[in-house]
Amino acid sequence: MRPNPPDPERLARHHRNMWRIRAFEEAAEAASKSGQVNGAVHLSIGQEAIASGVMANLRRDDMITSTHRGHGHTIAKGADTKAMMAELFGRAGGACGGKGGSMHIADFGVGMLGANGVVAAGLPIAAGAAHAVKLRRGDQVVVCFFGDGATNRGPFLEALNWAKIYDLAVLFVCEDNQFAATTRTKTLTAGGGPSARAEALGIPAHPVDGNDVLAIDDLAGDLIRRIRAGAGPQFLHARTYRIKGHTAADAAPYRDAAEVEAKKRDCPIARCATLMKEAGLADQAIAEDERAARAEIAEAVAFAAAAPWPERREAYTDIQDSGAPQWN
Amino acid sequence: MELTYLEASTRALAEEMRRDASVWALGEDLGRGGVFGQYKGLAEEFGPARICDTPISEATIMGAAVGAAMVGTRPVVEMRFSDFALCAVDEMVNQAAKARFMFGGQAKVPLVVRQPIGMWRSSAAQHSQSLENWYVHVPGLVVIAPATPADNRALLKAAIRSDDPVIYMEHKDLWALKGDVPEADDAGAIGQARILRPGQDLTLVTWSKMVHVALDAAKSAKASIEVIDLRTLWPWDRETVFASARRTGRLLVVHEAVKAGGFGGEIAAEAAEELGIQVRRLGAPRIPVSYARPLEDEARVSAPMIAAAAEAMLKRT
Repeated sequence: MRPNPPDPERLARHHRNMWRIRAFEEAAEAASKSGQVNGAVHLSIGQEAIASGVMANLRRDDMITSTHRGHGHTIAKGADTKAMMAELFGRAGGACGGKGGSMHIADFGVGMLGANGVVAAGLPIAAGAAHAVKLRRGDQVVVCFFGDGATNRGPFLEALNWAKIYDLAVLFVCEDNQFAATTRTKTLTAGGGPSARAEALGIPAHPVDGNDVLAIDDLAGDLIRRIRAGAGPQFLHARTYRIKGHTAADAAPYRDAAEVEAKKRDCPIARCATLMKEAGLADQAIAEDERAARAEIAEAVAFAAAAPWPERREAYTDIQDSGAPQWN
Repeated sequence: MELTYLEASTRALAEEMRRDASVWALGEDLGRGGVFGQYKGLAEEFGPARICDTPISEATIMGAAVGAAMVGTRPVVEMRFSDFALCAVDEMVNQAAKARFMFGGQAKVPLVVRQPIGMWRSSAAQHSQSLENWYVHVPGLVVIAPATPADNRALLKAAIRSDDPVIYMEHKDLWALKGDVPEADDAGAIGQARILRPGQDLTLVTWSKMVHVALDAAKSAKASIEVIDLRTLWPWDRETVFASARRTGRLLVVHEAVKAGGFGGEIAAEAAEELGIQVRRLGAPRIPVSYARPLEDEARVSAPMIAAAAEAMLKRT
């Protein structure tokens, strides 16, 4: 039970943000099914509250690393949805010029240091970015997103240990959606789970309902303030559920439809809307967020579909200064 | 001035750290001078933040360097042995080498990965490998393997100043090698081979420790052998190699690495395709490096073997 009634404006900001993520991913899924998006698309539908809640507490010059399931993080950190959709379409004008696609989306201009196609690969990179901040005596915080599946990889342990021994300004955010690709993570994971592993390394772990955007916002806000003040790394363990399959092409037959339907009723966006009603916001205003988000994303899709393919010579650029092959 | 190959590297790093405050080094045991003493005295001068002692976490040493490089510092990573760097191949190949391209040029990854190669003394199968060609195969990486103290100073400086991720492979058996090093504080040129000994009959291309073995062979051989130290494997100096090979009409590539799938095959194939000349490779048999002296020697390419290969090529035409 919340001590104070939630601030309607804060709720509305999250509601809009989450709808922008949801609309982007539903459009990406449709474009994947229609063949406009060729590569793998990993959807975070049902997990939007984590991206929105955490990123509400970051400055533009704070940095994040993301995962293969990273559209929500990228949008919430402030990337342009047109450039993002064009990237998924593999077009010139995409966030990475069409060279990366969904799995390698990045926007260094807003401190988004890249999604990653390798599970847990972002953890050492985040630790290194925070290490560089410390070397330069900066005050930025680095937020490192990863899934529950990543906690079984060695770099998870290494990077947590690293952040702790060097006392780095990293917030580790475990998005525990319960699935590692197409396997239930708990069936192949020993011990007490992600939080227990963090605590074993002396990093305070903070479990939270991953579908409660205000709880995440509050917790992340508190942790990021403490990290910026020099408290060292912290671990936010957000329990959620992956509504979609591993990729847009995965119908996820390895779980019951009833289970998924039950989890859909725990939708973070719907929960936020309920709180907005309780806070006195009009139904019309609430509905307007979805409409506006879908309009923005429809424009992004139109932009992406109309954007040209990259020039073929682009396959030869941005590789290396010494010894890059020449296009001819 | 006269320096050892090891001292030359220490000097190069110290000079670059004085020149550029964004340069720092990280790896296991660096605070106590590093596994071979290459970092001796640096912690005292630059402090523990810039000569960073790390846990035995190769993947995160390397991955952290990628993150730190992407946001504006210039890390020099120490991997102790190229064999241990294999624990960080994802971070080198999927992250360091790819980030600039995948992200459409939004970030460069200016870092150096020092990973000593080669047979030393009874170090057996996990501390003796020469895996340089693995990294030549990966777009995005630069690969350097210096053979002399002068080159170890100049090329390490060039590697640190480069905006590319550079795989920098020193040879463990060369640490004590003494040689003249120019006083001038200049960085070397990446991608430039050097003709160490002129010759008319045959072009011998090699790198790292094999340079010295090849020079011995050339001195004793009846044929007039032109010895080229490739110095940089990617990008490799095809102009110098082809100009020499065109003149001599014969190309022999010698490396310590296993011959099958080694970089000698690439140079020989390019030369055969481009020049239509006689080519030959000499490398280790495809056996793990042994511990016992006589077995270890089975993996060694020797000066007599090089001389014999050269003589055989001369007889063929």
